[in-house]
Amino acid sequence: MRLALREALLAFQRAPLLSALGVTTIAFSLFAFGLFGLVALNIRDALRAVEDRVELRVFLNEGTGEEALRTVMGDISAFPEVRDVGYVSPDSALSRSREELAEFADVFDASVLPASLEVRLNENYRDPVAVQSLADRIATYESVDDVRFGQEWVAKLYRVRTIAVFAGTGLGIVFALVAIMIIGSTIRIAVLARAREIEIMRLVGATNGFVRLPFLIEGAFKGALGGVLAALMMWTTHLIVSRSLFETSFFTPGQLALGALAGALLGFVGSLLSVGRHLRAVWKDA
Amino acid sequence: MSGVLRLDKVTKEYPRTGVALRELSLEVNKGEFVFLTGASGSGKSTLLKLLSFAERPTAGEVKVSGFASSTLRNSDIPKLRRRLGIVFQDFLLLTDRTVEANIAFALEVTGVAPATIGSRVARLLTQVGLASKATAMPHELSGGEQQRVAIARALANDPFLLLADEPTGNLDERATRGIIQLLREINALGTAVVMATHDLSLIMRSGYRYLELDKGALLYDGTDARRLARHQ
Repeated sequence: MRLALREALLAFQRAPLLSALGVTTIAFSLFAFGLFGLVALNIRDALRAVEDRVELRVFLNEGTGEEALRTVMGDISAFPEVRDVGYVSPDSALSRSREELAEFADVFDASVLPASLEVRLNENYRDPVAVQSLADRIATYESVDDVRFGQEWVAKLYRVRTIAVFAGTGLGIVFALVAIMIIGSTIRIAVLARAREIEIMRLVGATNGFVRLPFLIEGAFKGALGGVLAALMMWTTHLIVSRSLFETSFFTPGQLALGALAGALLGFVGSLLSVGRHLRAVWKDA
Repeated sequence: MSGVLRLDKVTKEYPRTGVALRELSLEVNKGEFVFLTGASGSGKSTLLKLLSFAERPTAGEVKVSGFASSTLRNSDIPKLRRRLGIVFQDFLLLTDRTVEANIAFALEVTGVAPATIGSRVARLLTQVGLASKATAMPHELSGGEQQRVAIARALANDPFLLLADEPTGNLDERATRGIIQLLREINALGTAVVMATHDLSLIMRSGYRYLELDKGALLYDGTDARRLARHQ
């Protein structure tokens, strides 16, 4: 292991330009992948912010007493889909309407606006089917006159969300495959540059595992280094966009560490494939 | 005398180029020095590849020491190679490492204890007459000296058999004599040597056994130097 580590580090020392080129190539391919991830992250956040506004408006029958109100509010609060329930009296509905639509302030009258409940939903229950199901249950209460939640709007929102998830996954896979291919080619160049070393190792009786190990370490190290570099480039891009265009979300430190780890893994896998391919092409016994 | 290697009706056929060796049978004994000769494409290099298990025969069996091609697993080939020395025409040295680092490399990658590597490298360099060039880089050496480094590396694991593929092919006459003398000394210490060469005068002067291949078949196996004189 110590020898393999030494050989891996020596490879950087002996061919610094080739190594730097390799790390940079890996960094740019991971940067492209990361940028895509960043866009996906911000789209997800934007959709979440919109989803947060999915709520049910429950209009109560005129003359609903305090007892009935308490019962219906208690029941609705107990549903697993419900995050919280707020009561909007006819007076507060009136003042809110006057505030929001100031030009029609004189038109509104407390007697025409019914009391209502605002039902906000938990995160996993904002899809059209779940919302409809909840609305149907609430509508069965005697004190409830009508339940509204903008069915069409919720359905559209979820269509956009589904498209975003599928497109994101598809594009993510394509970007990851491209990154793996680029990283694999980069490492293949390093393997070819050290073909003589491999040949000598094989001739004197080094095992396949031993021949592979320095390349795997080198690949993982280059991948991790490329991952860190890509993270720095993404951070810079995020700062520039946030300062000059609009506020954007960024990865958490955990996600960044996972990115660097993914870089190391890609480097490792790329090396494994490249060295294996080289050994099989040159050595029939590999 | 016991055999260090044996070929029993060995045929090697490549899908694109056809038959390289045809039903070849031969045996080399412990401590023997055998030349391998024949025109280009006669199968010399293929035979050496089969002996180092870089290739497997299409038919027949190759036996080197206790290792047989029909039963040897790929994962066991390194064990055999650690007991073989292999030398090529183009030296195959690591150009960015010193002479001693080149030899030490062979010991390191086969798991020799680091504490013993220094003394073994020094002994090998003395054996091949390069003790004073330990810290030189390969490009600072003559062709003959570079081949001596390659031989020292091949001897690193005390092989019972040394396979040499045209080791003097790139050398002038004086360097060739030096390398042959070195190989004789190694052979005198008990290592069997199988050396492929085009140089017939080298074989004639030695008086050693030689195998002549022609289009993959064994044309001659013996020590008759007069036969070769007629070829020249």
